[in-house]
Amino acid sequence: MALKLPIYMDYHATTPCDPRVLEAMTPYFTEIFGNAASRNHEFGWRGEEAVENGRKQVADLIGASSKEIVFTSGATESDNLAIKGVADMYYERGDHIITVVTEHKAVLDTCKKLEKRGFRVTYLPVAIDGLISPDDVRNAITDKTILVSVMMANNEIGVIQPIAEIGKVCKERGVLFHTDATQAVGKIPFNVNELNVDLASFSAHKIYGPKGVGGLYVRRKNPRVMLVPMMDGGGHERGMRSGTLNVTGIVGLGKACEIAKAEMQDENKRVFGLKEKLRKGIMDEIPDVYINGHPEQRLPGNLNISFAYVEGESLLMGINEIAVSSGSACTSASLEPSYVLKALGVGEELAHSSIRFGLGRFNTEEEVDYTVGRVNEAVNRLRELSPLWEMVQEGIDLSTVQWAGE
Amino acid sequence: MAYSDKVVDHYNNPRNVGSLDKKDPSVGTGLVGAPECGDVMKLQIKINPETNIIEDAKFKTFGCGSAIASSSLATEWLKGRSVAQALDIKNTEIVKELNLPPVKIHCSVLAEDAIKAAVRDYQHKQAPAEEKAEEAVNV
Repeated sequence: MALKLPIYMDYHATTPCDPRVLEAMTPYFTEIFGNAASRNHEFGWRGEEAVENGRKQVADLIGASSKEIVFTSGATESDNLAIKGVADMYYERGDHIITVVTEHKAVLDTCKKLEKRGFRVTYLPVAIDGLISPDDVRNAITDKTILVSVMMANNEIGVIQPIAEIGKVCKERGVLFHTDATQAVGKIPFNVNELNVDLASFSAHKIYGPKGVGGLYVRRKNPRVMLVPMMDGGGHERGMRSGTLNVTGIVGLGKACEIAKAEMQDENKRVFGLKEKLRKGIMDEIPDVYINGHPEQRLPGNLNISFAYVEGESLLMGINEIAVSSGSACTSASLEPSYVLKALGVGEELAHSSIRFGLGRFNTEEEVDYTVGRVNEAVNRLRELSPLWEMVQEGIDLSTVQWAGE
Repeated sequence: MAYSDKVVDHYNNPRNVGSLDKKDPSVGTGLVGAPECGDVMKLQIKINPETNIIEDAKFKTFGCGSAIASSSLATEWLKGRSVAQALDIKNTEIVKELNLPPVKIHCSVLAEDAIKAAVRDYQHKQAPAEEKAEEAVNV
């Protein structure tokens, strides 16, 4: 197959719809357009049937029962609903929430909002490999703790937290456990019972489904989790999320889950192979390259690396026919480098030099070969341009330099 | 973020990349910025002490495309100028020439700082001829 540019290697940001998903969705835009809540005619029944089928496909992927799936607009809404919903329901029992500094903003900013309302939040730090230990959670739990929220796989560095063990700790202590599983569901094995989770957020567009639809797993037994809804209205989704259901989107999410369940094992092997080829192709050629996050305990398609002495945005510019993202400040509106990399203690200069490759379903060997060549060429060129690289070659220890800008 | 054609051109074909002998008394070196901030510029000028004209300018930059372009442009502008004229280069002219967006203005400021630092370094080296240098600055 001929190489087509640009190349997409940003699968953690979003994924294209799988053609099979699109095919499943298509009739629901025009022919089968009924409102799933219309109980008195054929159009509504067929919409409801599609929604229930989607619900079952999602539930089957994560080892839940259909009744435990609440459809939402995506993982951000699911995170908000889980955390605010628990806080509002259980505030009489306690006012303490535990989460982690490297969580997605949908979790962190929700927790900050709750802090303003008087809740207390513990933000657990991570080790240099990006992971926390179950003991960190155990030690942070108090008799006022009502919720622990820890993401399964990190969106930037791809590291996978020990969710099953953390879930066990929460279960022992009778504390509800939420996981933002947006990057995990459909990508790696995920079973709500094996992982001991009570609430789990996920999204369709990260797993080759459409944007604008996702869901929240809400445990119904041992314990039965109750949530105060954020959206009031028609009482859809057992009262937890009012609003006419996105039937077409739910069909797409369901189909994406069905495909993920059937193909995950083979796909992971293939994507991991591509990632390793990329990693070796770069690291065998280029010195002073560092992997951010735990080297093995991470998503198969994630490669987050820092190229010392080369600034990330300038590197992106040099490989502009390859779509990736950077932890460099210059690529963000805030001019701050990635808070996730900073939390690892990577050092700001290496945070500025980081690139996130996210490989996925439609990447090919040819694309990886091309990318390796382009990245290595750009890094070498930019190092020739870099005063830091020159100083290091002269034997200067950069940490001893008194920088004028400091 | 979309880059202006001029930034892309300087990024792809940077002018005057390299280093001059920093021990040479006729060479002034400016090193500004910090790695933690994501920008470090090294800018060097070689001055003919007889004429006080900048005969050569070189740079190396660790930073985004706009930082590379700002310093590349600065070296282009410096060649053939007198030391006094070099100090006349303002960051706003760099912003205008490269069409830098507001979030990239700091790159042009850094380039102006690098020019000033290089001139200061040269003048410091020429200490015995300090008066002459000062005279030149005040023209």
